[in-house]
Order: sequence, then C-alpha cells, then structure tokens
Amino acid sequence: MDCKQASQLISQSLDRSLSLRERIALRFHTYICEACRRFGQHLNTLRVALKRMSANVENDTNITMPSETKTRIAKSIESIVD
Amino acid sequence: MTTANIHDWLSEHSDYLYRFALARLRDPHQAEDVVQETFIAAIKSPSFAEQSSPRTWLTGILKHKIIDVMRKSVREITASDLMSEEDGNMDDFFDETGHWMDAPQAWEIPDNALEQKQFLIILQNCMDKLPTKLATLFLMRDVHDTDNEEICKELNITTTNAWVMLYRARMGIRKCLEINWIGA
Repeated sequence: MDCKQASQLISQSLDRSLSLRERIALRFHTYICEACRRFGQHLNTLRVALKRMSANVENDTNITMPSETKTRIAKSIESIVD
Repeated sequence: MTTANIHDWLSEHSDYLYRFALARLRDPHQAEDVVQETFIAAIKSPSFAEQSSPRTWLTGILKHKIIDVMRKSVREITASDLMSEEDGNMDDFFDETGHWMDAPQAWEIPDNALEQKQFLIILQNCMDKLPTKLATLFLMRDVHDTDNEEICKELNITTTNAWVMLYRARMGIRKCLEINWIGA
C-alpha cells in the first residue's frame, strides 16, 4: 500500500467500515508512515474545527436576520393569508 | 390562525432559524430564502394552528428546505467530474510512486482563543475556495453527521461517488488549511 491508497482508505474509514484486510494493511502502513498518521489526525481535527465553527454561528445571538428580510417575509405571508 | 400570531412567530423564531440555516448553508442569501420558504410552507400547512412547539416544527420544515438547496448545488456533478477526481486531479497531491508530494506537517487546533479564532477564519476561507458541491457534501457529512446513505439518497449519487468526493474535499481543505495556517 502506498500513501495515495492509504489516504483514500483513511478518508473512507470516516464513511464506511473498512474490511479486516483493509484495516490491517492500513495499520501496517500508518505504523511506518508518519505523514499518513498525521493525515488521519488532521481529518479528525478538521471535523472538530468545522463543528465548532458551525456551532459558533448557530449559537451566536449577535447574528440576526436583516430586518428588510423580515419585512419581506411578513409581506409575503400576509399576501398568502389575505 | 391569525396574521398576528404569524408575526409573533416571525419575531420569535426567525433569527434562530436564520442562524440554523446559515450554519449549514454558509450563504446569507440562501439562508434568508430558506427561512422565507419555511414560513410560507408553515402557514400553508393545515396543521399550522395545532403546533404546540412552533420552533421544533419550523426547524423540521427548514431542514427539508436546506436539503433541497444542497441537493440543487450538488446536482451539477457530472460523470467527468468524478472520473477526473478519482485519479487525474490527485496528481497535485502524490507523485507517480504514490508518495506525498508535500507530506502532512504537524499541527492541531490552537488552545489559545485568539489563535483559534484566526485558525477558524483560515478554515472558513479554505471552505470558500472549495467547489460548492464538494463543500456542501463535506458539510453534510463531516459537520452535520448526515448519514452516508441518506446523503446518497438525497443527492442521488452512489456511495462510491460520495467517498470519492468526500476524499477530494478533505484533501483540498486539509492542504489549504495547512499551507495557510503554518504559513500564517
């Protein structure tokens, strides 16, 4: 297994269960390959960082919908109700 | 059902719904549009008056609207995109013997709040550089933990295509982040 194949499997391991054979080959490769080990760590780091980023937006009460948009929505609702 | 309580709903829930949509779509205009569509769908619904927990109900509608937008943006995937992504484009990352051209460096999310803020800004910029369809798929999967099968069903792509695209997205973002964060 080379780094290209290893990186593909590392990525796929986040999306499906690898076969026993794949897991063994990957473990063997990452045991001797620091770059691919780091790659795997970075993918986890990315997930954590992006979740944090997304949660920051969702929980940031300073972010509000522009008032023009609220007015626009109110109008379009009224036109339907009337 | 009165116009008055629609206005109450709008003032009580629109900011929350907007943030919810923005966190997922990242585009303010798209986020505004889906919130508008959500309210319109809500008042047209026969069960509108019976909702005891409007926020939960509205969020449920919003989720579907968000998926619709994501589906549209990913729909443009063509067979040739996938072919090239499977192999050709990855030449930027690996040499002909399958080794990293630039081996991943050692770094992690900083602990310090200020640095962390900078880190997230760089990450945001890297997400913006990624083709929309890849960024969308990546967000659905890695950030919002949407089930892989559900993604494939929603976006009408095969699981193999999804793996290839997610790989491509992760490779791109990781490299962009590394270059800009370590270089910062």
